[in-house]
Amino acid sequence: MDSAFYIAILTAAITAGTPLLYAALGELLAERSGVLNLGVEGMMLVGAVAGFLTTVATANLWLGVASAMLAGGALAFVHAFLSITMRANQVVTGLALTIFGTGISSLIGRRLIGVPLPITFSDTPLPFLSELPIIGTVFFRHDPLVYLSYLLVPLVWVFLYWTRVGQNFVAVGEDPAAADAVGINVNLVRYIGVIIGGMLAGLAGAYLTLALAPVWLDGMTAGRGWIAIALVIFATWNPIRAMFGAYLFGGVAALGFRIQILGWPISPFYLQMMPYIFTILVLIFVTYQGRARKLGAPAALGLHYDREDR
Amino acid sequence: MGSKEGTFGGWVFRWEKRLTSSSQINVAIPFISIGLALLVGGLVILFLGFNPLSVYRSMFAHAFFSRFGLMDTAVKAIPLMLAGLGVALAFRMLLWNIGAEGQIYMGAYAASGVALSMPGAPAYIVLPVMLLAGMAAGAFWALLAGIPRAYFGANETIITLLLNYIAVFWVDHLVFGPWRDPGSLGFPITRAFSSAARLPSIAGTRIHLGLAIALALALLLYFILYHSRWGYEVRVIGESPGAARYAGMDIRRNIILVMLISGALAGIAGMTEISAIHGRLQPGFSPGYGYTAIIVASLAQMHPGYVVLVSFLLAGLLVGGFSMQIAGLPLAVVSMLQGAILFFLLGSSIFARYRLTVRRKELV
Repeated sequence: MDSAFYIAILTAAITAGTPLLYAALGELLAERSGVLNLGVEGMMLVGAVAGFLTTVATANLWLGVASAMLAGGALAFVHAFLSITMRANQVVTGLALTIFGTGISSLIGRRLIGVPLPITFSDTPLPFLSELPIIGTVFFRHDPLVYLSYLLVPLVWVFLYWTRVGQNFVAVGEDPAAADAVGINVNLVRYIGVIIGGMLAGLAGAYLTLALAPVWLDGMTAGRGWIAIALVIFATWNPIRAMFGAYLFGGVAALGFRIQILGWPISPFYLQMMPYIFTILVLIFVTYQGRARKLGAPAALGLHYDREDR
Repeated sequence: MGSKEGTFGGWVFRWEKRLTSSSQINVAIPFISIGLALLVGGLVILFLGFNPLSVYRSMFAHAFFSRFGLMDTAVKAIPLMLAGLGVALAFRMLLWNIGAEGQIYMGAYAASGVALSMPGAPAYIVLPVMLLAGMAAGAFWALLAGIPRAYFGANETIITLLLNYIAVFWVDHLVFGPWRDPGSLGFPITRAFSSAARLPSIAGTRIHLGLAIALALALLLYFILYHSRWGYEVRVIGESPGAARYAGMDIRRNIILVMLISGALAGIAGMTEISAIHGRLQPGFSPGYGYTAIIVASLAQMHPGYVVLVSFLLAGLLVGGFSMQIAGLPLAVVSMLQGAILFFLLGSSIFARYRLTVRRKELV
């Protein structure tokens, strides 16, 4: 086991973590505005298939990304409408999104199985940065969507903590009645949070079909949407921590894959279980730790806001 | 009281909170939801290049009006009913156990373990042991999420869902590895169970004893929920946790109990399915029964009696979906329709809580 092995795992952790990061950032924004969306898995799947379909048809990757975000955002709009306007139960609505997304992505993708992608997001080492020892290899020899996620993390952070609109998001998630009293349009903020969240989930799906895989398979997200939701709790709703978490979770998946290649005498199914077991253990540990102090969840997360109920 | 007004053109729309929920609307909503979902699904089917009318006609003709299809519908209703009862009980207490699929897999795994290790035992011994093992394994799997929820408030929704993947990989590991039948010509299946370990069917049909078990348990659950002190506690905790705590109800204990029973019911579904239908453990034996059970419980509005009815309805949808595969339409059309049904159910549930009145704008 030499250093090349560890560098390879770290490098793979970034690529495996990138879809988790996009999806987690999206869910983080939705939850910050007070809406829980358990439909991440479904939104990722429609994004994945829409991105793949568009790129197969047009041979344009960025059009693929755009249509993936559009598809994810459209499904998120359904969640926003049902949970904000129609005041439906957010947990069940999110589940419906996942079930619907699984079904419709598989229907749309039924002719796309086995179809090769004409063009994929390929690794483009950044000049100068990629020459840095170790760090260069691990962080700066990836595809453009990975670099985009590097930019998105500080962007979301600055948005949430340093801009007026971002502060409105936080206020609506913490205390919608108070936010309403100072003239913030609670429902509008929540709609925006949920739809941007869905667009980022769609982008996460597109990363799978346009960069990581790059093929379309039914249900290919394989629970990544759920891991991303767990990641938001792990990150205590902080985008910077979400980034570390995504690479940690990505690293666990990458490790299993590497061990499998090395041919260790472990059942491949045990290795495939690892990310899920790890997520559960981390989730339990984080909630156990957070029991005494405040975990950082938006106080109004999952609750409807009705002005007349105040 | 909560009311909200909006105007559109010359009309005034007004939402008024209902003081009591309307029972006619509660009954009508699931049917309206299914109807609207079929309408939207029809558009998708049309878009995919199929004729939705003929697709639906042959789906329903097969599932409800042919001897073979009707029997298949009844057979597939059994696991939906069992797992659906479990999900309904958990949802009743606002415990989001969405891990019925994994609990079904674990129930099937434990029951198979018993059947394979007691090849010579008579039916009256091996079947009850299989049933108990299936219940225990399903309950254990649900408690893996229930205990962290009860003691630290860990999110049971995510944990139960992630446990589904682990259970499926566990069964895959067994049938591809240590439990694989050496004579299976490379197929990932275990040895066939002895005939004593097969749940008997009603003569001449494929409908098995699991139906009687499921119906008896539905009745039992109904009496527990509506006619016992504990059932009352579960309902109060679900409707107003604050009041329940104030009344001194032990919420932690009830979370554990509800998850235990919920998982055990799904475990029974796994046992009956593997014992009656397959007779051996094999991968992918469940076409997502655990996920469909969530829809069953939601459409049934968490009522055990309605769970029985709705599971036949959704089993028919599943059977119809299977029959459409021959026409080239993938089974995914069923999950799409299921998701759409839930959307409309959720969207229209507001009508049970609010009254919408529309009137002409008055000219002042």
